[in-house]
Amino acid sequence: MGNKLLSRLATTPSGKAPHAGAMTRRGFLVSMTAAGVAFGFPRPSVAAMDPAAADGVPITPDGAAFEPTLWYWIDGDGRVNVNITRAEMGQHVGTAIARILADELEVAWESVHITHVDTAEKWGTMVTGGSWSVWQSWPVYRQAGAAGRTALIEAAAQKWGVEASACSVRDGVVSNGGNSISYAELVAGGLERSFTEDELKALPLKPHSQLRLVGQDVTALDIANKTDGKTIYGLDAKVEGMVYGVPLLPPTRLGASVSSVDDSGARDVKGYLQTLTLDDPSGTVPGWVVVLGETLMAAKWASERIEVDWSAGDTAAVTEADINDRSRALIADETVGAILPTQTPDTTGAFEGAADILEAEYVTQTVLHFQLEPLNATVFRNDDGIWEIHTGNQWQSLILPTLSSALDVPADKIVMRTYMLGGGFGRRLNGDYTVPAALASKALDGKPVKLVFFREDDAQFDSPRSPSVQKLRMAFDADNGVVGMEHHAAAGWPTGVMVPSFMPKGVNDEPYDPFAIDGADHWYSVGAHRVRAISNDLANKTFRPGWLRSVGPGWTNFAVESFMDEAALKLGADPLEFRLRHLKAEGQNAGSAPNAVGGASRQANVLERVAQMSGYGTADLPADTAIGIATTFGQSRTMPTWTAGAVQVRVDRETGRIEVQKIWLAFDCGTVVDPDSALAQCEGAALWGLSMALYEGTTFEDGNVSDVNLGTYTPLRMIDTPPMEIAFVDSTEVPVGLGEPGTTVIAPAIANAIHSAVGVRLRQLPIRPADVLSALKG
Amino acid sequence: MIEFTINGRAVSVDADPQTPLLWAIRDEIGLTGTKFGCGIGMCGACTVHVGGRATRSCITLLGDVAGTEITTIEGLDEAGNHPVQEAWRNLRVPQCGYCQSGQIMQAAALLHDIPNPSDDDIDAVMTGNLCRCMTYPRIRKAVREAATALSGAQDNG
Repeated sequence: MGNKLLSRLATTPSGKAPHAGAMTRRGFLVSMTAAGVAFGFPRPSVAAMDPAAADGVPITPDGAAFEPTLWYWIDGDGRVNVNITRAEMGQHVGTAIARILADELEVAWESVHITHVDTAEKWGTMVTGGSWSVWQSWPVYRQAGAAGRTALIEAAAQKWGVEASACSVRDGVVSNGGNSISYAELVAGGLERSFTEDELKALPLKPHSQLRLVGQDVTALDIANKTDGKTIYGLDAKVEGMVYGVPLLPPTRLGASVSSVDDSGARDVKGYLQTLTLDDPSGTVPGWVVVLGETLMAAKWASERIEVDWSAGDTAAVTEADINDRSRALIADETVGAILPTQTPDTTGAFEGAADILEAEYVTQTVLHFQLEPLNATVFRNDDGIWEIHTGNQWQSLILPTLSSALDVPADKIVMRTYMLGGGFGRRLNGDYTVPAALASKALDGKPVKLVFFREDDAQFDSPRSPSVQKLRMAFDADNGVVGMEHHAAAGWPTGVMVPSFMPKGVNDEPYDPFAIDGADHWYSVGAHRVRAISNDLANKTFRPGWLRSVGPGWTNFAVESFMDEAALKLGADPLEFRLRHLKAEGQNAGSAPNAVGGASRQANVLERVAQMSGYGTADLPADTAIGIATTFGQSRTMPTWTAGAVQVRVDRETGRIEVQKIWLAFDCGTVVDPDSALAQCEGAALWGLSMALYEGTTFEDGNVSDVNLGTYTPLRMIDTPPMEIAFVDSTEVPVGLGEPGTTVIAPAIANAIHSAVGVRLRQLPIRPADVLSALKG
Repeated sequence: MIEFTINGRAVSVDADPQTPLLWAIRDEIGLTGTKFGCGIGMCGACTVHVGGRATRSCITLLGDVAGTEITTIEGLDEAGNHPVQEAWRNLRVPQCGYCQSGQIMQAAALLHDIPNPSDDDIDAVMTGNLCRCMTYPRIRKAVREAATALSGAQDNG
């Protein structure tokens, strides 16, 4: 697959000389303030770099350190510090990545520490998303670990005058006959050895059977501090002399401008400082006003008394229905959109000669990220003239050029310090929220400004999951064989609006957002297969479409997997058997090394596994109760995580309420690096899937989302959480991602279960009781 | 000046009495373990104990807590080893962790009020606390484990 974005992001940096202007830690240590000392409480540093350290400050080497690659060092005490470029947002990512390195290096887990690094250029592209972290880090950190192991063994061998190959190593101790020496001693004795990129690639890696940390249960390094309040998130940033800001949002996301501001009503609010109309050369936040106060509430109370007159952009009246109507019009126009490079994208013959055709439309609503820590950023210019951006962020490399434009300084005059994230889910891939904080500080000549979004502002300024409309068609021959399939999907495109240069081109030379269509290019063999990705221009200008946990596969698979059940039932076939019949590892679905070995056969395997676990088709269930199934390949064909789910529901015919009684999931993600975190990610992802299937969704009204807080926006709560049973296939294949795949199967499995239970087909998300009642009434 | 006790220490805060207790705790006193999520008392991330009761500090006014005893996540146990915290670590409940201070404070209050909660009790009380990472299955288990640990401690004297 020509996924340019993936290939670019998979390119990992190394071997570059450290950035000459790399920031010292002075810049942020200076901001350890005395506030609170009056009450006698200890203050943590504001630099939340090591999630396992009570003050967030990472360890520094004791004496000289050995640094075989830029990814880690070992000091004379035998402590190993692993540098992590990925953001920690609940996936225990540092624990997973450090373990990959420590395993190859052959050190005990107890000696391992992690540092979440800043945005110095030497780290290369910094992004945490796409469920890519483990998959992309696996080869790089293994090589890095092997480099250290090789160098340390060679040093010991040289000391003893023996062959390196005659030495063994375990838990940081090299042995040969009666000799043994620890890594700590070797490093303390002085050791210099670096590796070129070619040398790194040639290093021998441990065979799978000798991996001692990968796949084993170790304690995640970030967890303890999350049980006693010590973890430092962006919202906890504190910088000496900072003022607080809250935004006043314009009536439209784009195209608005401020006509006038009257703050006379706010001037008697104690602690109110001033109101800024932002001048934004980057065009990120047009029409923004920021109210500043000595305290957060002073700014908030003042903001409620300030009158702003805006000239709105031209999307001020746009509704969800308008956006969906636009999608339908685009779908009806066969000349628009990108045709994906499936094996046989021309379906003309298949449909013209079809004996029968099935067609259905699926619609999904706008979804908010609602990450629990509202957006915030603290920005100031430090004593060295460097702009410091303190915040939680998932894609630093994407927003840095924008910040450079907004602040009108070169990118090397900006550093982002990534705090722990109070939830990411894709919202913080778009770092737009850092821009108004930077502009406010710029207006104050670099004075520290902490910009805090109250929840309603966070929701209005979300980059939500776009509403989508999809039309699916299937052509059958006279023998009920499937001879063709079409999938036309229209939605706002996150990559299209945020990084259009990263979009690959379809067979018709039109660019497409892979994240808004992944999933539609499935592994079923269906004869001719046309997948058309359509960008909804009205959505793109009304809001900033976001990457939200699982992105496109969250809606494309709802359509594909609902449609597979519909097709099976039309033919009188069993939905499980019908799927298995079409999951053949042949042609383009045969799979390829290293990421998709086995192809469709591995998807068939997890599907059979989950059918067996759940008793699908054989369980004896009460009235109005049924199990539905669905299967996907996770996020994309370039990195398939073979996924299958089954959900048991009971439908209340009186109220329309869907009671989800149990969820079963089976995954084949290749090698499981971190078993407990893998399980946790799959639990969370599946429940996100459930939440978006039944409980949450909003609509655009008057150019903005209509639900902005928990009074009306209603994500899944504990009381509606069903028991879950989750299995992983034993595998030694390449480890792929697990942050999102669990999300993708739940909604279609529920829709299929509802149909099986009470005979009605729901083709929209979320499925609310009123929708069920309406469908039951026919 | 509004005076009260927090985590066993007497404090006096010079701020507008209309200030939500949450921001006084975070920004004036400097204890940032208590979190801001929704600001309308519906997510539970800001949960602290006021006079032993689980209280949403984002909708509790500073002026209303004068003279009370407040406990935050930092003061639940000096060493961070309250049985609820231990259960949270044993079962590796936290993902992003942002809601967990509130979850733990809510669970500790629940177990104080109902030492042997039924599954329905746990669901009914804890459902007021949103976890966006959806760690609910582990929270459920951890509350049960903590309840067992607490009742064991009492049985042993």
